[in-house]
Amino acid sequence: MADDQKKDEAQPQPPAGGAAEAPKPVAAEEKKAAPPPKPAAPAKPAIGPEPLDNELVRRLRARFGTALGDATLDRKQAIIVVRERLIEICEYLKAEEKFDFLTDLTAVDWFDRQPRFDVILNLYSFPHNQRLRLKATVGDTCPSVTGVWPGANWLERECYDMFGIRFEGHPNLKRILMPDEWKGYPLRKDYDILKQDTDWVRENIGIESGQ
Amino acid sequence: MAKDNGSQFGVETTVLGADEIILNMGPQHPSTHGVLRVKLKLDGEKVVASECIIGYLHRGVEKIGENRTYPQFAPYVDRTDYVAAVSNGLGYCEAVEKLLGAEAPPRARWVRTILTELQRIASHLLWLGTHALDIGAITPLFYTFREREEILKIFEKYCGARLTTHAFRIGGLQYETYGGFEDEVKAFCRDFDKRIDEYEELLTSNRIWVERTRNIGVISAEHAIAMAVSGPILRGSGIRWDIRKAMPYAAYDQFQFDIPIGQRGDTYDRYLVRLEEMRQSRRILLQAVESIPEGPILARVGKVIKPPPGEVYHSIEAPKGELGYYIVSDGTTQPYRLRIRPPSFINLQALDRMVQGHLVADVVAIIGTIDIVLGEVDR
Amino acid sequence: MTNPFDILAPYLPDVLEPFLLPLLQIGVVFLGLSLIVAYIVYAERKILAHMQVRLGPMRVGPHGLLQPIADGLKLLLKEDIIPRGADSFIFWLAPVLSVMAAFTGFALIPFADNFIVTDVNVGLLFVVGISSLGIYGIILGGWSSNSHYPLLGALRSAAQLVSYEVALGFALVSALLLSGTLSMRGIVEAQIAHGVWFVFVQPVAFFILFVAAIAETNRNPFDLPEAESELVAGFHTEYSGFRFSLYFLGEYAAMVLVSSIAVTLFLGGWTRPFQSWAWLDSLKYMPVALFAFAAYWCVVHERRMPRAPEWRWQRLMLLGLGGGAAVLAVGFAALPPVLNAIQGVFWFLIKVCGFLYGFIWFRGTFPRYRFDQLMRLGWHYMIPVAIANTLFCGVGLVLWRSLGWNFAGSLWIGTLLTLLVALLLAGQTESPEPTLAGQGD
Repeated sequence: MADDQKKDEAQPQPPAGGAAEAPKPVAAEEKKAAPPPKPAAPAKPAIGPEPLDNELVRRLRARFGTALGDATLDRKQAIIVVRERLIEICEYLKAEEKFDFLTDLTAVDWFDRQPRFDVILNLYSFPHNQRLRLKATVGDTCPSVTGVWPGANWLERECYDMFGIRFEGHPNLKRILMPDEWKGYPLRKDYDILKQDTDWVRENIGIESGQ
Repeated sequence: MAKDNGSQFGVETTVLGADEIILNMGPQHPSTHGVLRVKLKLDGEKVVASECIIGYLHRGVEKIGENRTYPQFAPYVDRTDYVAAVSNGLGYCEAVEKLLGAEAPPRARWVRTILTELQRIASHLLWLGTHALDIGAITPLFYTFREREEILKIFEKYCGARLTTHAFRIGGLQYETYGGFEDEVKAFCRDFDKRIDEYEELLTSNRIWVERTRNIGVISAEHAIAMAVSGPILRGSGIRWDIRKAMPYAAYDQFQFDIPIGQRGDTYDRYLVRLEEMRQSRRILLQAVESIPEGPILARVGKVIKPPPGEVYHSIEAPKGELGYYIVSDGTTQPYRLRIRPPSFINLQALDRMVQGHLVADVVAIIGTIDIVLGEVDR
Repeated sequence: MTNPFDILAPYLPDVLEPFLLPLLQIGVVFLGLSLIVAYIVYAERKILAHMQVRLGPMRVGPHGLLQPIADGLKLLLKEDIIPRGADSFIFWLAPVLSVMAAFTGFALIPFADNFIVTDVNVGLLFVVGISSLGIYGIILGGWSSNSHYPLLGALRSAAQLVSYEVALGFALVSALLLSGTLSMRGIVEAQIAHGVWFVFVQPVAFFILFVAAIAETNRNPFDLPEAESELVAGFHTEYSGFRFSLYFLGEYAAMVLVSSIAVTLFLGGWTRPFQSWAWLDSLKYMPVALFAFAAYWCVVHERRMPRAPEWRWQRLMLLGLGGGAAVLAVGFAALPPVLNAIQGVFWFLIKVCGFLYGFIWFRGTFPRYRFDQLMRLGWHYMIPVAIANTLFCGVGLVLWRSLGWNFAGSLWIGTLLTLLVALLLAGQTESPEPTLAGQGD
């Protein structure tokens, strides 16, 4: 329905800057003459990541320099890539910049890229009412931030469970959602139902799975 | 820094020579609100340590999300926090709309607010009934479910389902409000104030209730922030934070409402906070229902939802806490990564600390006061 | 009541004669009690349901009136499961003990002026002692189940019962002091002699008796030992089928027993309210009014039932019930000797039913006490107040006997002093907070 509306509106409007012709009633003729480029209606602002250089980013770069990667603004939120010294940066952010609330800690698997994983930390600052996203590009291991925010405990366990990222310094890194002896890391991109741990299922539940 | 105690515990012998016993609650237990398993290490009746074992309801929703288109995933989202499905839908649709750069039209935002606040009341009613039942008061359950029934009837008339509603669409709403929608909501609000007074009469000043909930499951403000706890638990500990006020979404910035704050962070304060939240929801409903604007209900987002590449994190104030969606788009019709930030999962982390030093009978009360839904904890 | 067996006397051996009337009374009490206990379960379900905005049993018989019979049959026919490792003799014995303790106590309750199975002159002591034997039933049941949860529940229950026995005992002692005799009939006669029910002169003792009775029978708010949400089902987790129904019956029979004791000791037993006020004599027509109302209710609700053919039997049953009630009402009105004969039992039962309604009402209203709070309530509050009450009851009696003051007045002085003590105790600090980690962290 929305598309139809779009078409109805698009037809009578001549393309901006084009010849000011009266619209031909016959669609076929119009198509033969010059296919009117369909304007995207309404005109959408360009949306996507764009570089960010605000006060916070400048302070961080001044202090940590090459430990940080790109800083972008995507969908109105600041994202900073962290390459090394994650714990130091987190401690600084918590103590100095008052990002005392760890909203979420998760990971994304970019399997055709090295390092493979992005560990995402969504932070929130109560005093400034501001969000910040840190992206740590990691391979198989990542320093644990449970020392900075104790709430990261179960979140990191879930990351380990789902992606296989070992968090160094975590007090109790074991699986949380899957059974303890499960083999394989479900949220990795090279894992699917045919590759699941059929042995565990056969031993513990007694059925054939993974078909 | 505070060290967490989620490690495996062995049994020790106490000073008196008595052994500590390990008591296993669940996964089948009348009071664990789902398939939750809690291992308690007891010294007599006192809990020395506890460990939550979850994952019994893990269904791989996030993996499924990577293999469905955006509209196809919307019903899955209802089944995480199945007690408050409408809020889940709101969070998800708004997150995808943010990813698309679209905005729902005003009429849709108003109706979304109304339905979400009704859902908040319904979720808190269920919490109140079951929490009271766990502590031994068997009657409030029936009273709260009587009110919840009215709300579910409104949902059924609106979208055809009572529990897993799939009420919203990406870009707005699919269904117009039915004739009589405003009147029914107003009728509900008219009676609801007296009903909350009924529940309060049974519980709030009841000596037994106060003794069972005061100073039980205390969590301090600093500890709550450190554990990333959100929602009524955070507010019960005295922190004035509600996403509806801090980062308004839908139509919340148009309405006047207060945020109830507790003082001590104990079960009694959280009980009062949730009761007052129900009253404030009613206040929002009365304002919203008077002022629904006319207009389209669905923004022009196109038949095929294909957001430009990028990522978004959007969160709302669900009845249980901060419900967030982190979606990474690679430009196709299916998300590259879809993460649900589950409030129950993160709030449940705090259980280990809240339960230490209490008796076994309090564990049930504390699990109730955290207000978890296993569908959300395990996804 | 003249001994109905007098006409049979010439035909029976002498040795049997003293036993016949008591045997008849035992039969009546036993059968009547079983029926009453079964229907208390039904009444509880209905009353709780109406408090909870629902209807309760409605299907089995008109308005669910045959539900207890269906339940009894079902439990009888269930598979008898004995857990592995359970001591089967004790497993069998425990519910029997529980039921026996409750039923035996009824041998001494005066239902009417001439209706008491046996009037032992240490009646009160005997009743309290027998009901204490019920605790064995609980402990043995929990222990013999060979399982974690029942054992915890049984031990908790035993501790709770023993604690509240003390408070119960002191409350009973007050009534004893006032009447000067342990004989149950003697206590009621003392109330008749004084012209006032003891509840009006010793309200604190009555209140303590009521609360202790709730604790003694493991009822809400003191039902932690069988709290479903915490210990699955406490000491009777492993019991199913008829054994479970025995426990259940034992619990409700104990409820009726303690209600009967309370009625006998404080509410004047079989006496009509305000017996000494002759102008209220027309109250003796209450049975007529009650049965007439029952008949009217039956007819009205029969009208409201669906007219479909499958409801025919239920409608007929309800009409039959109404008809029977009407016959009784008319009979009582028309035959004054019969009316006078049933007055005692009628008022006794009405008062006991009032108590039972109170038990059920409390169950629907209150949350449950945690175990340590329950024990604290018993030992730190109930027992001191009960002791104080006994003491000041004695003071009041001295004022009455030695100084010749008004009976009620002097006892009220005692009551007021007790209330003072109770207020002082209540003003003290509440239960200490458990040590909490993470507070102020």
